[in-house]
Amino acid sequence: MNDRTRVRLTVNGHAEQVEVEPRAILADVLRDNLGLTGTHLACEHGVCGACTVLIDGEAARSCLVFAVQAEGASITTVEGIAPDGGLSPVQEAMRDCHGLQCGFCTPGIVVSMTAYLNTHPNPSDADLKEAMSGNLCRCTGYQGILAAARQAADRMNASS
Amino acid sequence: MSSPVAARFVGSAVHRKEDRRLLTGHGQYVADASAPRMVHAAFLRSEHAKARLNSVNIEAALSAPGVVAVYLWSDFHEKFGEAWHAMLGQELVVPPPLAIMDVRYVGDPIALVIAESRALAEDACGLIEVDYEAEQATVDYATAAADGNVVHAAWGLPSNVMVDMPFTPMSPDLDETFNSVQHVVETTIIQNRYLCVPMETRGVLASWVPGLEELDLIVSTQSVHETRNFFARYLGLDEGAVRVSARDVGGGFGQKMFVFREECAVVLATKLLGRPVKWIEDRLENLTSAGHSRNELGKVRMAISADGIIEAITVDHVADVGAYTPCPAVMDPTLLPGPYRIPRLGFSTQMVWTNTMGKAAYRGPWMFETTAREMAIDIAARQIGMDPAELRRRNLLSLAELPFTSPGGKVFQEITPLETLEQALGMLGYEEFRKEQAEAREQGRWLGVGICVYVEPTSMEQATLGTEGATIRIDSNGKVVAYLSTSSHGQSVETTMAQIIADDLGVAYDDVTVVQGDTQSTPYGPGTGGSRTAVIAGGAAHDAAVAVRDKVLAIAAHMMEAAPEDLQIAEGVIAVRGTPDRSLTMKEVATQAYTNAHTLPGDVGSGLEATIRFKPTRFPTWSNATHVCVVEIDPDTFIPRILRYIVSEDCGKMINPQVVEGQIFGGVVQGLGGVLYEDFRYDPDGNPQTTTFLDYLLPTTGETPLIEIGHIESVSTTNPGGFKGMGEGGAIGAHAAVANAVGDALAHLGVNVTSTPLGPEDIFQLVQASQKERA
Ligand code: FES
Ligand code: FES
Repeated sequence: MNDRTRVRLTVNGHAEQVEVEPRAILADVLRDNLGLTGTHLACEHGVCGACTVLIDGEAARSCLVFAVQAEGASITTVEGIAPDGGLSPVQEAMRDCHGLQCGFCTPGIVVSMTAYLNTHPNPSDADLKEAMSGNLCRCTGYQGILAAARQAADRMNASS
Repeated sequence: MSSPVAARFVGSAVHRKEDRRLLTGHGQYVADASAPRMVHAAFLRSEHAKARLNSVNIEAALSAPGVVAVYLWSDFHEKFGEAWHAMLGQELVVPPPLAIMDVRYVGDPIALVIAESRALAEDACGLIEVDYEAEQATVDYATAAADGNVVHAAWGLPSNVMVDMPFTPMSPDLDETFNSVQHVVETTIIQNRYLCVPMETRGVLASWVPGLEELDLIVSTQSVHETRNFFARYLGLDEGAVRVSARDVGGGFGQKMFVFREECAVVLATKLLGRPVKWIEDRLENLTSAGHSRNELGKVRMAISADGIIEAITVDHVADVGAYTPCPAVMDPTLLPGPYRIPRLGFSTQMVWTNTMGKAAYRGPWMFETTAREMAIDIAARQIGMDPAELRRRNLLSLAELPFTSPGGKVFQEITPLETLEQALGMLGYEEFRKEQAEAREQGRWLGVGICVYVEPTSMEQATLGTEGATIRIDSNGKVVAYLSTSSHGQSVETTMAQIIADDLGVAYDDVTVVQGDTQSTPYGPGTGGSRTAVIAGGAAHDAAVAVRDKVLAIAAHMMEAAPEDLQIAEGVIAVRGTPDRSLTMKEVATQAYTNAHTLPGDVGSGLEATIRFKPTRFPTWSNATHVCVVEIDPDTFIPRILRYIVSEDCGKMINPQVVEGQIFGGVVQGLGGVLYEDFRYDPDGNPQTTTFLDYLLPTTGETPLIEIGHIESVSTTNPGGFKGMGEGGAIGAHAAVANAVGDALAHLGVNVTSTPLGPEDIFQLVQASQKERA
């Protein structure tokens, strides 16, 4: 545990430096070293999507990424999705459509949906179902999540 | 006298108070908490379903990097006191925090390692050497009662039977009826083992402060107060010396209603160490060791007259409670006749121990009565040659004929079983579907429809469950703070209770803050579970708000020299009716009450705060629904796909329709998951086979259908709001609806669906078996 490595990252726009064990996963470093506890861990084996963050703009499961692999990368966590003090179109849609109950899966849902809609401006309902199928939620039965994806897609489209 | 306030928020889908923090990553779950000098815990768990522990060598672990302590049973022995929950009674003791001399299921905790990080604690677990002497495990509950391998032989128990209730006829002419009716239908219904699986696993941060002699727990729980009371007994402390809090909890579904042995071990560790100890369970542990559910079977018999009247129903029921049950909640056989006019009932019940994870409560823990009855009704309909919708229609109760006393002694009122059936069938277009199905069969497509009708006992009274409490205060700025006895873990309690309180006080929804999940500030409550918040906590919130409103009106009346009954409150302004220029703001009244109380006469000066405990006028508060499901099974791959899912429900008056529908959606998807995708399996030696999310398959957006909901509103009179509980119903109704739809899709092949799960492999086997039988 003594052979720590220095990793430099940009997280939600801030330059950060952390000393980590080679085996430390990115999710733990975000949560424990940087205090960004919005990123949740619900399986730690890459299936549930709760730990999803953006790495250089692309959605990634931070439980499957070693922190050292993220050297030099720009990371966006759920804390960095919202504009200052407000809610992003995805977050607003999730609230409007009751896309969350206990909220534990929610950070991963928000980040995954944001990443998808940023690169797919005209999704069909079937596309949205497919796009969100990598995020598990045990509370909502996905009805509100899919409705939110539809609303967010339509609003982001209308305003672009 | 007309009400001094007008309802504005109850009944509407306001934005949830919880959402901003949860959407922006600012929820506060137990894993997010930390404390100075905190250390981390990991359990070493049994790899055998049944074994003697010859020796456990912890030397290497103790000297591993970062290790602070390694505990075995001998370290905890005699360090704790009573270990029971008020709701379950003193008989049902939480098992020892660590295994004593032997292990009884895979996952049984043997040692607790405390280290400077979770990774180091897990590393050290790998250095502990356990010498097991494996024994033959008992895994199949259907045969466990007669099995000579006794799970609890070490306790000197003679057999695997925990509870054995012999057949009890609830009607004297039961035998006669079965001997004289036209049709006797007999079928054995088997429901598979599936689990709560909250997305947040269990976890606790336990801090014992030496010198202060106080225990502080942040824990993922459905009941902070019962957890507080439990640990006060456990450590022999006054309840005031234990604080339990849970700001955000990532789902529970029954699993987190009671204290687990792991939490006991962590509490003992902090007490011994004098340092905060944090344990966050991993998913493997949550799937294998956090309580299992369902896994019940019943031989159902029905006596049916020539014209399709169900004259009697009986069940011989067996439930698996595993090795140690956190909550032995199994089917309630007195509910077996459900919302039907069935006049006769009989039942037997057996609960058996096996070398598997123990039974825990799960959303509608008694619900096997619905699965057993509704699947048996479909078998019966096919056997007597009647459409399953028609057989139900002829026997279901309707609102107009209530109250009705069932042979199980249930008094039903204010429910709408037949009405919801007709609404749901109408939403589907049942007759047209039958035509479409016949045409589809001609083309070699397998379509089926399944129905499930049930009645749900909500807001029950057992032991601690009868009441909830609320303290409501208007603060010095005229804003409202409500301290509630609830422990929300996804139910939108901050939102719905604020809607009720805002209406009763005539203030804005945004001006109400709800505090819950903290024993240091809130009134006692038994926990959020059993679909009881809207009715009981809602009643407490209402009564406390009305009591505070009376105080506001009394002070305002004095200030304006008016009679209290001439005042009204709207949007936080108290005015004299008909003279709107004579008014005061809530803040002005609060200023008077807080800073000039001495100028108020008599008890008008007694502040702007009230605490009320509420008890419904009777128990339970019944709610009901009908589920209708359409599936298509691919004849080549045997993959079932849900084409339509319809729920017609009656939860009385809705506080927030979006929250109601969200609860139904979530419950339905858990129920259909348990039929089509989720199945926790052990091999014959008791080794778990489904220990990750790659083997234990939760439904995703890919498999989940659009769910259509119809509402019928028969108002409840058990509580002032007219509400009924409804949190469990979705999970109760979906199991039989989906299984029956699969059964209907396969009926033309001669298949009888009587058991779950029903994945492609299971369906393939059923079709093969029936083809063999026919050949
Ligand atoms: S925690 Fe990373 S995918 Fe589940
Ligand atoms: S909101 Fe609870 S798991 Fe998705």
